[in-house]
Parts: sequence; C-alpha cells; structure tokens
Amino acid sequence: MKIRGLILGICALSVAVSTGCERRTAAPQSTTGEIVVGMYGSLTGDGASFGQSSVEGAQLAVEEINTAGGVLGGRKIRLLVEDDQSRPEEASSAVTKLITQDKVVAVLGEVASRRTLAAAPVAQKYQIPLITPASTNERVTQVGDYIFRVCFIDPFQGEVLAKFAYNDLKARKVAVLKDIQQDYSVGLTDSIQKTFTGLGGKVLDPVSYSSGDADFRAILTQVRAQKPDAIFVPGYYSEAAIIVRQARELGMTMPILGGDGWVGDALKNGREALKNTFISNHYSGENPDPLVQNFRKAYRAKFNRDPDSIAALGYDAAKVMGDSINRAGTTEGPKVRDAIASANVKGVTGQLRMDPSRNVVKPAVIEELQFVNGDVKYVYKTTINPN
Amino acid sequence: MSLGRKLAVIAVTVAGLLALNYVFEYGVGDFQINPYYARIINLIGINITLAVSLNLINGLTGQFSIGHAGFMAVGGYTATYLTVYHGRQIAALAGSTPTDPLGGSLVMVPSLLAGAAAAALAGLLVGIPSLRLKGDYLAIVTLGFSEIIRVIILNIPAVGGATGFTDAIPITNFFWIFSMAILTIVITRNIALSTFGRALFAIRSDEIAAEAMGINTTSNKVMAFVISASLAGVAGGLSGQLFANPLNPQNLNFVKSIEVIVMIVLGGIGSITGAVLGATILTILPEALRTFDQQFPGLRMVIYALLLILLMIFRPQGLLGRREFTWSWLRPSKRRPVLG
Amino acid sequence: MDTFLQQFINGLSLGAIYALIALGYTMVYGVLRLINFAHGDVYMLGAFAGYYLANSLNLDANPSVLGAVIVTIGAMAIAAAIGVVIERFAYRPVRHHSRLTSLITAIGVSLLLEYGGQVVFGATPRFFPQMISSQTYLLGGVQITNQSLMIIVVAVVMMFGLEFIVHRTKIGKAMRAVSFNLPVARLMGINTDFVIAFTFALGSALAAVAGVLVALSIPRIDPLMGLMTGLKAFVAAVLGGIGSIPGAMLGGMLIGLMETWISATAYSTYRDAMAFAVLILILLFRPAGILGTSVTEKV
Repeated sequence: MKIRGLILGICALSVAVSTGCERRTAAPQSTTGEIVVGMYGSLTGDGASFGQSSVEGAQLAVEEINTAGGVLGGRKIRLLVEDDQSRPEEASSAVTKLITQDKVVAVLGEVASRRTLAAAPVAQKYQIPLITPASTNERVTQVGDYIFRVCFIDPFQGEVLAKFAYNDLKARKVAVLKDIQQDYSVGLTDSIQKTFTGLGGKVLDPVSYSSGDADFRAILTQVRAQKPDAIFVPGYYSEAAIIVRQARELGMTMPILGGDGWVGDALKNGREALKNTFISNHYSGENPDPLVQNFRKAYRAKFNRDPDSIAALGYDAAKVMGDSINRAGTTEGPKVRDAIASANVKGVTGQLRMDPSRNVVKPAVIEELQFVNGDVKYVYKTTINPN
Repeated sequence: MSLGRKLAVIAVTVAGLLALNYVFEYGVGDFQINPYYARIINLIGINITLAVSLNLINGLTGQFSIGHAGFMAVGGYTATYLTVYHGRQIAALAGSTPTDPLGGSLVMVPSLLAGAAAAALAGLLVGIPSLRLKGDYLAIVTLGFSEIIRVIILNIPAVGGATGFTDAIPITNFFWIFSMAILTIVITRNIALSTFGRALFAIRSDEIAAEAMGINTTSNKVMAFVISASLAGVAGGLSGQLFANPLNPQNLNFVKSIEVIVMIVLGGIGSITGAVLGATILTILPEALRTFDQQFPGLRMVIYALLLILLMIFRPQGLLGRREFTWSWLRPSKRRPVLG
Repeated sequence: MDTFLQQFINGLSLGAIYALIALGYTMVYGVLRLINFAHGDVYMLGAFAGYYLANSLNLDANPSVLGAVIVTIGAMAIAAAIGVVIERFAYRPVRHHSRLTSLITAIGVSLLLEYGGQVVFGATPRFFPQMISSQTYLLGGVQITNQSLMIIVVAVVMMFGLEFIVHRTKIGKAMRAVSFNLPVARLMGINTDFVIAFTFALGSALAAVAGVLVALSIPRIDPLMGLMTGLKAFVAAVLGGIGSIPGAMLGGMLIGLMETWISATAYSTYRDAMAFAVLILILLFRPAGILGTSVTEKV
C-alpha cells in the first residue's frame, strides 16, 4: 500500500541521514604530525593533461618543502590529491570531501576556471583557504576572501596581447578565433577585444570553434578573405597547433598570437608553421635565474619531461601555501588565509604578491615561437608589466 | 482512498520531510550530518528523479531516448534563470530574500514550475516529429536534440555559457529534492496502474498490435515523453540550484544521458524500484571507489563501460527485471506481482 | 569566388573523411540492423595504430610514400582485427536479444574504447609523425595541400573498391544476402557468422584508413577524437540512405560541405548542432535517406 511504502521510504531516508551524522563540535586540530593539504584537479577527462601538470608541479614543491625540513617546526606536508574527472560537480564533491572528511587545512586547485568556480564556494563556506594555480577568470577570486590565485587574470593577459599586437607588431585590423567551449578562451577574447578597440584598432567579429575540432580551414578561409594584419587564437595548444598549420597552408602569413593556453607538448604539431607566432606567458623557461633553472632540472629528473607553465604554477601555488602556513604559525584557516594575503614569495613564475583582490600582481612575458630540431623553442621577446 | 485520507498522507509525508530537512540543515543537539554525506544524499535524490522519469519512456513505454540530459538542461537553465533574474522580486512578495529559507522556498515553486514547463515544451517539440520513428532512429534523434540544446546554451552569455551558470542562488535543499523524488515516483506509479499505463505497456509489447487495437500510439508516446521531460527538467532545476553545483553545458551531454541509462539498466528497465536502486548504487559507487581511483586513475569509467556490456550480455534485465518491491516479498508467498 | 572554391575543396576533403567512416556504419547496419556506436572509436584506434607503426618505422625523420602505405595497411589490419573481436565478444552474444539491448551494448563498447584509450594511451593528445612531406599547390587562387588531394582520391578509390567487393565477389553476394534476410541466408548455406565478421572487418579497415588520412593533415590524435566525428559520419550514412554504399559517400560529402558552409557563416559555433538538425529533418521528411529504399514493414 502506498502509505506503507511512503513510511518505509521516510524511514530509509532517516537511516541514511543519521548514518552521516557526526559531532558538530569539531575536535581541535592536532599540533603535531603531518599536515594534510588537499588538491583537486582533472586527472582524467578532457582537462587531464593540464590537471596532471598542475598536480606534478605541486608534488615537486611539497617534496622540496619536506626535504628542507617541513613547516611549523619540522612537520611534513602530505598532499592529498582527488580527481574531478574534468567535471565541475565532481570538483565540488572532491573539495567537499577533502575539507569535511579528510579535514585538510588548505586546498590547491584547479586549472579550468569553471571548475574552480564550482568548488570555491565550498572552501569559502568552511573557511579553508584555496589557491588556484591557473584559473584566469576574474570571477574566481570574487567568490570570497578565502580564494586566492597565483596566475594573472584574463583581463590582464588580454591587455598584454592586445598592446603587443598594436604597439610592437603595428597591427591595426585583427581577427580572433575563440574556443566557445572553454571559458578561458571566451574570457580572454573579450579582454583582447576591449583593449585593442580601446587602443584604436579594429577587431573583426570573432569566429568560434570548439575544443576537439580538427578542421579549421573553413573558418580560416573566411578570415583570410577579410585580410587582417594579425590573428589572435586565445585557445589551447592542441587546436592552436593545427590552426597555425592550416592557416599557413592556406597562404596566411600574418603573425598569429596566443595566450598561456598554447603551452603544451602538442604545440609541436605546428612545426614550421609556428614561425611568426607569439604568446603571452607566465614565465619564460629561458629565464637564467637559478630558481627557474633548478625547478626545470628537478622536474625533468622526477617526471621525465619538461615542465610547462601549468606545472610551474602548480609548483608556485604549493610553495606559497607552504610559506604561508609557516608564517601563520598554525594550521587554522583564518590565520593561514591572512598569511597568504600578505605573502611575498619569489616563485618560478615571478614575484608572488597578492593584491587586495587576492590576485597576484606580476608581469607577463611575450615569447616568440620557433620550431627548432623537432621541438618548440620559446624565445623571450619582452616583458609587459602591470600598470 | 478517500480524499481526506489522501490529504492526511500528503500532510504526514510533508511533515516528515520537513523534519528530516531540519535535521539535515541544522543537526540535532551536538550532532550534525557530515557535509560530504549530505551532498551525496542530495545527489542521490536528484538522480532518483532523473532515473525514474527516464524509466517512464525507456522502461514503461519501451522507447529508446538517450537525450535526457537535454531536457535536464532546458528545465535546469530555465528554472535557474528565473531565480537569478526574478528571484528577488518573487521573494520580496513575502518580505524576504532568496537566500533566506522562507524566501528560498517561495522562489523554488515558480522556479521548478518554469523548469518543468520549459522541459515539457521541449519534450513536445522533440516528441511529435520523432515518435513516428522506430527504435534506433529515435535514439539518435534524442541524442542529436540534446547536443543541439547544449550548443545553443554554450552560446548564451546570460546564462554563463562555457563557464557554467555560476550565478545560481543555492535554494535547493533536502526537502525539495526528496519531495520531488517522491512525487516522481508517485506519478510514475500512478501512471503504471492507470489506463494510460496499460496503453504504454501495450505499445512496449508490440506497437503495431497496439495500433491495431485502436490505441493512438503516437499521442500516448508523446504524452509519456512530455511527462518524462518535465520531470527531468525539475531534476535539472534542483541540480543547478544546489550549493556549489552549477549547471554546465559541458556536463549535460551524451555521457550524462548514458549515466542515467546505466542507472535504469542496472536496476532493471521497467521497474521503478529498480530505477531507485540503480540511481542510489551508481551515485554512491563512484564516491566509494575514490581510493581505488587514486591508485588507478581512469579505471573507474572503464569499469562502468564494462559493467554495461557485461550486464547486457549476461543479465539484460538488470537487478530487478520488471519486478517491483512489494510487501509480498517479506511474506513467504510465491506470487510476486508485476506491474504490467 | 576564390573563397567559394576554397571552401568547396575544404568541404570535399572533410566530407571524404566522413564518407569513409560512414561506409562502415552503413555496411554494419545493412547486415545487422545495428548502429555500431563503437565505429567512431575504431576510427580512433586506427589512427593510434598508425601512430605507433609510424613511430616504430621512424617516419618522422624519413618521410616516404612507401612508409605511409605500410603504415596504412598495418593500421587497416589492426583495426579489422579489433572490429572482429568486438563483434565476436560484445555483439554476437546479444544478437538474439532486443534491439535496445544491442544498442546499449554498442554504447558500452564505445565508452570502453574511449576511456580505455585514455588509460592506455594517456589523455594527452599525441602528434602523428609526418609521413609525407606537406606541399601546397596553388590552383587558380585556391590553396590545396597534397594531403587534402590524397584524402579525396583515396576515399573515392576505396568506394569503388568496396562497390567491387559487394557487387562482384562471392563474399559480397553473401553480404547482400545476409542484409536482405539473415535466417534465410543461413538456410541457404551461407556461413552468416563469417559474413558478419567479414563485414565488421571491412568497415573497420575503412575507418582505419580514414584515421590515418586524417592524422596526415591534422596530426593531433587523442582517445576522444572518434566521438563527434563518428556521430557525424553516422548522420552522413543516414542522410545518404543507410544500407547504401554510394549513399554513404554522397552523405559524407554533403555533410562535409554543409559543415564547411556553416562554418563560413556567423553561426560557425552551431556547426556540430547542424549535423543533428540535418538528421532530424531527414528523418522527418525522407527517413530512407537520399539514395535509400523505403522498406515497408510487413505485419
């Protein structure tokens, strides 16, 4: 009978609810033993290659911190990593678990802004500081005062690219190819458009493609007909490599510019077509500073490949976290948060100092790409400082 | 059951859910539910609504729809849009704001109604042309439709586009999720026991014979489609307005539709209890396998796929087949009633 | 006019890829009435097989036409084997079950290949070595690469080859018989299991050719590349008339041209959605497809 069915259902629910109960008054955090820092990232799914890079960078940093003696008087940090399968709702579940079940003292992650935006409210609610290594969407740090980032934001990167194209390449009419599936690309496109038009240039109507596309000849042909001085491709490396190649095959020789999303192994695909392309980046691997070179050496030794800028950012995020825990003198959320806000750490990707909006204030570099000996060579061109 | 009794039942259920909701949100004495478990329980509730509503089409009517994520998206985005852009005005009618429990519940009603209506409309638009088609083709059309929806949403900045609908106000709570889940179960069960349900079973058994018997197969199928779609829309509205769970077009795709299908296939296509069971198991399983995941990243989805294949080969009727849970299971009798 | 011609060539070369994959779909559907969802993933596996072969032959350092041919044939063989294995272990056990069950199994296989591919190959996209040095020809304002030309030529050659097999060989006759009426074909003494396996092998081999060709001009391969392409190729098969081989070619070319045309307008982001819109329209107004034959169902 329905009534009995309903009663049974309610009983089942009650049982379910009560099994999850725990004491409200939390046990005080221990002051000895290891410190658990959580990290969530895409280890599987379409965000996997960036996710893996960011995790590897963080793992390297944690290892170095522990070898150097740990934090808070010898306590080691344990990095607990959860996969979010490249899905925003999984990101939230992962962070909820890390904070409420594993009782981490801080969270690192994620790369894609849309996943960070989904998970950040959880960290904010439970007052656990979160540092994202590479989410560039402005709104991420607007979620709350416990959310920080160690990378520049889209508006800044767009400005950098637009200024370079206008001032250095003397472009006056540009085309933009944006990846409609990636919020990173859409955000960067908007900011490029705004800055370039503000400088007096003309931006043709942006043309869209989707991540995973492999044939861009149709849209490139349309762009070719409009004869731009330069083309912006603020997307990710897989598509960028092919776009550049197909553009050159169609006889388009104008400069092509991209953002930090271009940095990935598969950019090699672009081959000789990479001539006359430029990107804005967080750091330059060519930077002779020993901090950068040591990082590259250590990363290559541990993971058998060169670090990309996402790995560098993961490394920096972990370093800032470790430094902040140390300076806070405790693992309590609010104190660590304050320590991060006043951080001033020399990172691989620049001097990491938080501005009042909890974004780092640091310059971006412009690099020219070349294809040399079967690999991509990033040649440092210029640095653009935030004003 | 007399009207008085029905009302009493509803009142008791609602009271029970409200009480549980209170415990859920605020705890009892020194005890409170762990937020991680709370989240899982909420997700189970939403998945139950999705699975049971899909079962109406795939199970009871025997059609093959793999576009459920599309209806979830349409309903979810419409519901969330209403709350985000008009929620404050609605809540103000009661002198409250959406973030306040009273105001939130007040906003939830029109929000879910809007979501259900939009999704029902979508179901109508998809159903009328395509339900003339046979099995395989209907599957592809529903898939195509959900892809089209996804691409359209990607191109609408007002609802977030690729970033997802992060502006959503979290008004979903335990009460709404489970009251909608119970409502879905009740609706489906009532349909199964009605003349409409008989018609659907006839269509499932042999469509041509049913048509020959005078059943208007197309209009019955469309009706089932519309109801199923609107319930999926409700699930979408609940999902998108859950705390830290924004709607995202990337994830309201083919894979999501398949996940719901696996739920009902596991439980047994055609069984409502099966759908509930499948939804519960497949929401808990990925979370329970997290440690496994850490050691063997990526293997989880592979196991999912294998599970699907092996189920189809060795036990296509799933766990319960078409049987339902009834009280006779607890009695040592041999007759097990079946719904059609 | 330049742009129009350029887009036309772009469309043809894209369409040729869809056509090659669509051929596989159409053949399997014709014989088994099964939409082989996993076909797009066989295309992906063909590309990966070619990748490993090409790397082991070290073609990146010495591109050569002979090397490319060896790699293609190797990929075809591997894909054919995979197709046969899938049929034997996943589809044959459910052949006597309902269509729904077979469809779900096909989806399961597709997911298995995709996620399994991610585990085995890693999720990071790989780049295919360059097997033939790229050259661009300028013909009357239109830039065309030797790879695009090759894709179109190879696809057409394959189609003629397939037509030959289906209409002028004994096994082809057996395939046609099985697609007409499987139980009766068996009664006539045809080894239906073998014929079905052969059909899968043939379709998979063609998909592998598509995979290798695509990898030539768009060298990025990853485990999820088969999903969207496969779906669009299926739409192409339905458009042309499922079960008809010239139909698959025609459908493929049309979808390729339409997709290119849409990309050239302001609605380029709706490109993927367009393929499905076409599908819905076709199924509404001419479910048999352009070159297909209407089948009345006897009760």
